[in-house]
Amino acid sequence: MVDIKKITAKNMTDKEFFFGHKACAGCGGSLAVRLAMKVFGEKTFAALPAGCMSAVGFIFPQMAFLNNAIISTFPGTGSMLSGMRAGLDALGFHDTHVVGFAGDGGTADIGLQALSGAIDRRDRIIYICYDNEAYMNTGVQKSGLTPYGTKTTTSPAGKNLSGAVTHKKNLFEIIAAHDIAYAATASVGYPQDYLNKLSKAARVKGTSYIHIYATCPTGWGISTETSVSLAKEAVDCGLWYLAEYENSTFKINRKLTKPELLKEHLLKQGRFKHLKDEDIKVIESERDRKWAQMMEKWG
Amino acid sequence: MKTQMSKQKVFISGDEAVALGVRLARPHVISAYPITPQTIVVERLSEMVEDGSLKARYIHVESEHSAMSAAMGASAVGARAFTATSSQGLLYMAEGMHYASGGRMPIVMMNANRSLALPWSIFGDHRDSLSMLDSGWIQVYVEDAQEALDMTIQAFRIAEDAAVLTPFMINLDGFILTHTYEIVDIPDQSKVDSFLPVFKTPNKMSLEKPKSMGFSTSPADNMEFKYQQHKAMLDAKDIIHSVDNKFGEIFGRSYGGMLDSYYCEDADYVLVTAGSVTGTARIAVDNLRSRGIKAGLIKLRYLRPFPDEELRAAAGDVKAIGVLDKDISFGYEGTIFTNVNSALAHLSIRHVSINFIAGLGGRDISIKDIEGIYQDLEEAVTVGKDKSFAKVRYVNMGVEIDG
Amino acid sequence: MLKPEIKNYVTPKHIRDYPTGPSFEAGHLVSINAGWRTFKPVVDINVCTGCYQCYLLCSDGAISKTDNKKIEFDYSFCKGCGVCAHECSFNAISMVKEELAK
Ligand SMILES: Cc1ncc(C[n+]2csc(CCOP(=O)(O)OP(=O)(O)O)c2C)c(N)n1
Ligand code: SF4
Ligand code: SF4
Ligand code: SF4
Repeated sequence: MVDIKKITAKNMTDKEFFFGHKACAGCGGSLAVRLAMKVFGEKTFAALPAGCMSAVGFIFPQMAFLNNAIISTFPGTGSMLSGMRAGLDALGFHDTHVVGFAGDGGTADIGLQALSGAIDRRDRIIYICYDNEAYMNTGVQKSGLTPYGTKTTTSPAGKNLSGAVTHKKNLFEIIAAHDIAYAATASVGYPQDYLNKLSKAARVKGTSYIHIYATCPTGWGISTETSVSLAKEAVDCGLWYLAEYENSTFKINRKLTKPELLKEHLLKQGRFKHLKDEDIKVIESERDRKWAQMMEKWG
Repeated sequence: MKTQMSKQKVFISGDEAVALGVRLARPHVISAYPITPQTIVVERLSEMVEDGSLKARYIHVESEHSAMSAAMGASAVGARAFTATSSQGLLYMAEGMHYASGGRMPIVMMNANRSLALPWSIFGDHRDSLSMLDSGWIQVYVEDAQEALDMTIQAFRIAEDAAVLTPFMINLDGFILTHTYEIVDIPDQSKVDSFLPVFKTPNKMSLEKPKSMGFSTSPADNMEFKYQQHKAMLDAKDIIHSVDNKFGEIFGRSYGGMLDSYYCEDADYVLVTAGSVTGTARIAVDNLRSRGIKAGLIKLRYLRPFPDEELRAAAGDVKAIGVLDKDISFGYEGTIFTNVNSALAHLSIRHVSINFIAGLGGRDISIKDIEGIYQDLEEAVTVGKDKSFAKVRYVNMGVEIDG
Repeated sequence: MLKPEIKNYVTPKHIRDYPTGPSFEAGHLVSINAGWRTFKPVVDINVCTGCYQCYLLCSDGAISKTDNKKIEFDYSFCKGCGVCAHECSFNAISMVKEELAK
């Protein structure tokens, strides 16, 4: 085993590759992109589908990426990455990273087919899904990764329904089921864990996938300064989890530490303010079911 | 390939001719998804990649949308990319087609012209490619397997020209061309290499000069990019001519550039066609000429850019003009007819013009059908003054229709 | 180049002045983000330990490390989100109302 130096806040490059963008203040997605680029470096070719990160980074003539980057079609990130990889390899540029940054909608819904194809081909690409749990760029509509009870503009909370009526699609396991070389979940609330996973992804020979929980102050109705702490709390109270899949094996990186925080955590967010106790019970029991299953299978 | 005749002459199908043309053009990346009647192209290309005779990366994409998306990814890093599709697959690429042309990515695609569902039909007509006429791709329609191979090589040279940088679609009539065997002359690799230079474009990502590509614009800048695209497509006409001439010098075959006319100099009645039906129409014209009827024929090779000036020059003073469309824009007329009339409207002379809708879903178009078309044109000129003739006529309907 | 930079951009006068297609120099900035703030972060360098958590967590990369192992803000690009102040374990950063800060 080569001893690879851990990238930390102290030793990471001073270079900023995603800078001057127009993301909202405290945007978790842009933090996820910024940190990833610091790990991957300048020999990185990025593709971003329609969504917040492409919308805020490529407004002619304001170009926020310092490295090569392109906007892909909304459904076509996985395949565009494959084409870039194939083109770079054919031209002899093997020592490069090809990286996608896509939202939850661009990944779990409309982009799932292209992503599945890329993983299936074992293409050497890195795919990062910044999960802000809704279609934010178009004005906070429900996606396949919007959790139960979330109020969005297409899953309104009213007399009859308390927001979204289904739980989050289990995307991490869907990705892992391809027997992908490396997959991980992360959170902007646990940045060091994310940096470690990015470093791992950068070394993987085949396809790698990181699913990072990325707060969206605008769409979630939270105050901007809590962007990072809420993302941490989501992991602590079990609504999100830190895990890895490698060598065909799942691993939980962090146990459920503060299950009791759940209700308080939810009610801090505008998108969950309407939830009644019975709704919270539904969320709680789904969380417990999920954790019991994960601990049993991967713990 | 199949039956080796001499060193350079082989007996192959249109699909195989395209595959051989692609190999000669040395693309870096091929991404394609199978669909009848395009399949032979991707099968042959896969074999060539497997046996090492084609040094390209073949990406097994999971859909046509991804085929186009992957081709764009390859093009964006400066690689030469090829894809092929047909019909439903072409429509599934629709988003990417506008994207590629807007992104000025000179991808080359072969489209096997096929009807669109519903009803399902694997047989040929032009409704697939004509529905993408506005997607910003150069569109050429070939008449035989030799032209298919030659145009595959020309396509890369035209598309990649710095003044053009526009994607290029080569259309072959499904089955009639894709699956029919003909003797085809295979150009020398070394000659192709000197004809088709290595792909170079400033419009790509690179480590020396990193780029932000596919960006968004505000209303303050968008129209300028659209204008550029239009200008490049218009400028492509000169390049199309010079590339065709250059091809002729090197390989001894050229195709007349934007269109090809047959007996038009003194013609009274001209039929406008695209694609393989031109071969049948040539025979009809020969028959009519032998009977003393001044029939002429115009094969539109390119539909985008549109050969408007060339058309006016070839059919400026005829008595009547017919347009054979393997297409119908429901509620109006055939798309080529609309385009031809618009080009002719620039002339002060008003032609009698009739649209003949034929060959939908693979319906036969016989020599007799085409002779009948010329007869219709003749009659229309006679009754033309009282304008009582139908402007849009269906050819070879199996049943009676009213009106 | 350490980060994308503000360039002197001249609005195109002729179609030739536009890039060929939507493909432009990477890291080409024409505007800053300072106007977004109502509060601005101010660091007390005597309290700052140089742990760089704030630097790590700024979505806008608006914090840089200084030679004396402290931090400084790039007020042209800080949007005033307050994450840095919230996450500093040493309370070295305070958010000050823009008008008062002047
Ligand atoms: C084919 C297609 N359908 C719909 C859209 C409209 N659209 C653009 S961005 C977007 C939402 C993106 O949501 P997500 O992927 O979650 O990313 P986010 O905006 O949250 O960053 C939608 C629906 C599109 N651009 N293309
Ligand atoms: S809407 Fe949300 S995800 Fe989009 S830029 Fe704003 S904070 Fe980021
Ligand atoms: S987080 Fe606080 S202590 Fe750490 S570097 Fe920033 S200001 Fe200094
Ligand atoms: S207030 Fe927000 S944008 Fe400004 S320096 Fe702090 S973290 Fe960065």
